[in-house]
Amino acid sequence: MQQEILLEVQDLSVELLATPSQASKTLIQPISFNIKKGEVFALVGGSGSGKSITSLALMRLLPSALHITGGQVLLSGQDIFAYNELQMNSVRGKQIAMVFQEPQSALNPVQSIGQQVAESLREHQKLQGAELKRKVLSLLEEVGIPEPEQRYDWYPHQLSGGQKQRVVIAIALACEPMLLVADEPTTALDVTIQKQILSLLDDIRRRRQLAILLITHDMGVVAEMADRVAVMQKGAIVEQALVKDFFASPQHPYSQELLAFLPKGNEFCQPVTEDALLELKDIKVWFPQRKGLLQRVYDHTKAVDGVSLSIAPGETLALVGESGSGKTTVGRAILRLEDISAGEVYFAGQRIDVLNKNKFLPLRKKIQIIFQDPFSSMNPRFSVREILEEGMKSLGVGINASERETRMQQLLEKVGLHAGHLDRFPHEFSGGQRQRIAIARALAVEPDLIICDEPTSALDLSIRGQVLDLLQELQREFGIAYLLITHDLSIIPKVAHRVAVMKEGRIVEQGSSQQIMENPQNEYTQSLLASVPSLLSKVSDEELF
Amino acid sequence: MSISILDVKPVFLFSDILIYILVASLGLFFYQLMRNPLSRARWRGVFQSAAGMAAFVVICFYVLVALLDSIHYREPLPILENQTEVHYSQEIRSALDLIFVGVHKRSEKTYSSPFSLQLFTKENMQDENDNLYRDYPMLKHAGQHLSSPAEQGQDVVNKSLLALLVGLLISAVFVGSHMLWRKIKKPTTELPWWSAYLTATVLVLAGSWAIGLSQYYHIAGTNIVGVDVFYQSIKAIRTGVLIGTLATLLTLPIAIVLGISAGYFRGWVDDAVQYIYTTLSSIPGILLIAASVLLIDVYIELHPESFSLGAVRADFKFLALCFILGMTSWTGLCRLLRAETLKVSQLDYVQAAHAFGVSNLRVIFKHILPNVTHIILIAMVLDFSVFVLAEAVLSYIGVGVDPSMASWGNMINEARSELSRDPVVWWPVLSAFVLMFVLVLAANVFSDRVRDAFDPRFGKG
Repeated sequence: MQQEILLEVQDLSVELLATPSQASKTLIQPISFNIKKGEVFALVGGSGSGKSITSLALMRLLPSALHITGGQVLLSGQDIFAYNELQMNSVRGKQIAMVFQEPQSALNPVQSIGQQVAESLREHQKLQGAELKRKVLSLLEEVGIPEPEQRYDWYPHQLSGGQKQRVVIAIALACEPMLLVADEPTTALDVTIQKQILSLLDDIRRRRQLAILLITHDMGVVAEMADRVAVMQKGAIVEQALVKDFFASPQHPYSQELLAFLPKGNEFCQPVTEDALLELKDIKVWFPQRKGLLQRVYDHTKAVDGVSLSIAPGETLALVGESGSGKTTVGRAILRLEDISAGEVYFAGQRIDVLNKNKFLPLRKKIQIIFQDPFSSMNPRFSVREILEEGMKSLGVGINASERETRMQQLLEKVGLHAGHLDRFPHEFSGGQRQRIAIARALAVEPDLIICDEPTSALDLSIRGQVLDLLQELQREFGIAYLLITHDLSIIPKVAHRVAVMKEGRIVEQGSSQQIMENPQNEYTQSLLASVPSLLSKVSDEELF
Repeated sequence: MSISILDVKPVFLFSDILIYILVASLGLFFYQLMRNPLSRARWRGVFQSAAGMAAFVVICFYVLVALLDSIHYREPLPILENQTEVHYSQEIRSALDLIFVGVHKRSEKTYSSPFSLQLFTKENMQDENDNLYRDYPMLKHAGQHLSSPAEQGQDVVNKSLLALLVGLLISAVFVGSHMLWRKIKKPTTELPWWSAYLTATVLVLAGSWAIGLSQYYHIAGTNIVGVDVFYQSIKAIRTGVLIGTLATLLTLPIAIVLGISAGYFRGWVDDAVQYIYTTLSSIPGILLIAASVLLIDVYIELHPESFSLGAVRADFKFLALCFILGMTSWTGLCRLLRAETLKVSQLDYVQAAHAFGVSNLRVIFKHILPNVTHIILIAMVLDFSVFVLAEAVLSYIGVGVDPSMASWGNMINEARSELSRDPVVWWPVLSAFVLMFVLVLAANVFSDRVRDAFDPRFGKG
């Protein structure tokens, strides 16, 4: 079907202006693409590849340090770079609207949601009074806000994350734009909510013949939503294709790298049958809620409310759940970073939850942790040497400095860095390299169990695979067990032997990963799995035609 | 009789010792900072701006004056007959007086306006024929080298040109040798040295002009007791700089210890610290300071034997004032540090350190303290100018430094009566204002740059 071209980008290039301390830098090499009416065009790539800069350049909203050096953007045939700022204002919102990643910061916390939707209507469509309110309510209804009459006067903090994003979409739709730029619209949301928002967007674009420029790093979202896809790397578009062709046969090496990591279907790790290394029996972590002058405890927040699980040596147990389900708290409680309110913890047959601080110290050698964000998990003022050495010194691994030195060098080589990196500082490394340093730091004290708290969710897709590969390799070599805390179900088949699904502080289902992924019993697990943007089903469906 | 420099008796006031320890420890602190590449990059950011560089040079100039003014000595008195022991003068002089070559000795009777050859007030005088008349008497010291008052205009121009020439030579030597050093060392990063050169040259020129002309005239007039006002306001630099740094440094340990322990340990420690600082900050600061200063006065009255010299007494009172100012103004920084520590101690690297069983003390020193340093630095430079101004306010209401000590606050205090006279005596307050303004402006500009470079909220991170 030949559709009308709505937006045409020709040889757009952007550079970072020179400052006294550095020369100018090209951020976007000349790129060209076009978006047709009613089409979803996905722009994918790692962080820093220039996706968001491209979208801001389309709206002429670039920060002052960035500068458009060439090319043109035609919206319905009109060159928007030729407009003055006043004309541009009528383009923004009215013809191109934007949805941001973080709904929390896109909404004004001191204005009711109804007013915020109304504001943009009043500005662009000059509606008044009852008519205005009727229009706002119909918009809220359209984006699926239940009981819009009552919620008209609600404030953003009274809504959930998903509902906030719906309001943001309602504001974007208020002026009936022709193009919606959605910059990572679901990244900040849970999987089940992500599913709903994506289907809402899909619905709207069918109903309104709306074109959507979807910026994302999630290949699952691309497969689910997009008609065409462009892959960006280092400011250039390396591949443009129809989605079904793209997933069937990616042409560019970078695209292949992005896709190589996606689950291959039924290759599951088989569970290990050995005695448990770590065993949790009915663990509870309750945080007291205090009130009044004397800080009387009047209630508890039950972050973890009776969790039992076990991990065998050399096994990976994936603990999955949405944010707020208490999965991170479980990991922290094992390490005594949170106090356990009730329950028993056994490590290698020894009960460890009753040990005092000093008696627990030797166990810190056995159990270690890797954090989600490799940027905040390292003291920016420490060199790599100090980072690695800290735990070894504290726990007495390595008798003297030279032995520690040798060990640190070996560790860096092991995680794929160079021994020469010891004297560098964290800020000199990329996210993936930092996560490798974090892994080396945990390995430095020769642990038997590593708690991996979302080890890959802050990393780019192409790096995720490498880090997971490294973790698996180390598991094979040293027989380390992992407690893998994650919300990303797509990595489970590849790395986990067993899976435990958590909801509201409790484990709702537990079993081998094959069993959970292919034949989930619990209703919640089923909904969780259903909402993963499933690339497999989509691609195979299209192949059937 | 001439006095050789070797005959003098060095005097070490408490504040002298403190200022040298202070400058040395600041030097050490900066040396430590320079060793860390991250903080070095940030400091480079401070000095990469021309304004920051210029402000730094100005501050250095003030500190240099304060240091010179802190080398104290007593001159020996002329040896009388039958006297074996050398007696020393009750007056304490400093190295700065050497540079001014006896300006302190050239006191007039009372007010005289800048560059004037006559007193500001008329007096009864007798002429050769013993007739009484009223006129402005000639000054005892200013313009004595002139053969007639009519030459003054030409003389001032000549002397100015000479002094400026000397100043130009001195700054040329400094700037030239630094440029040579740069040629040899070839530093990797380019800093706006031209701004430093320009500021230094302006300062040296102004200094040499002022000192050169002070030998012949009272360039900023004289005050009510006939002391040269320019000399007095230069002597006040030491008071201003010292009160700024000492009071700031006294706030630091209290604020750091209490703030970080409140943020790190939380629980009852936090409650206790918060209780202390809310209580303290709800009492008006002036009230506390005034009460403490009066207590100190009573103590000095009751122990006259410990304070034999006037200068020692003034020094004690001055240190007490610094101490009190420090004690009453740590709450702001403490609050900031508590909040920042709360934030930093939740970061993953602190959690990782806990997971490694690192002791609390080590976590605080290795992880928390280095990562809240930017706040301490920013507060330090901001507080400095606040304290310099606070001294002026306190002296104005009569609870500041000892009246015998030169200070801008005391000069402003006197301005109360001077400005209500007719015709107005404007030069002491103007002189104090200009010097204080330059210092506070430089400190503020510098603190702005420091904040830009160190505060993560201002971008660069």
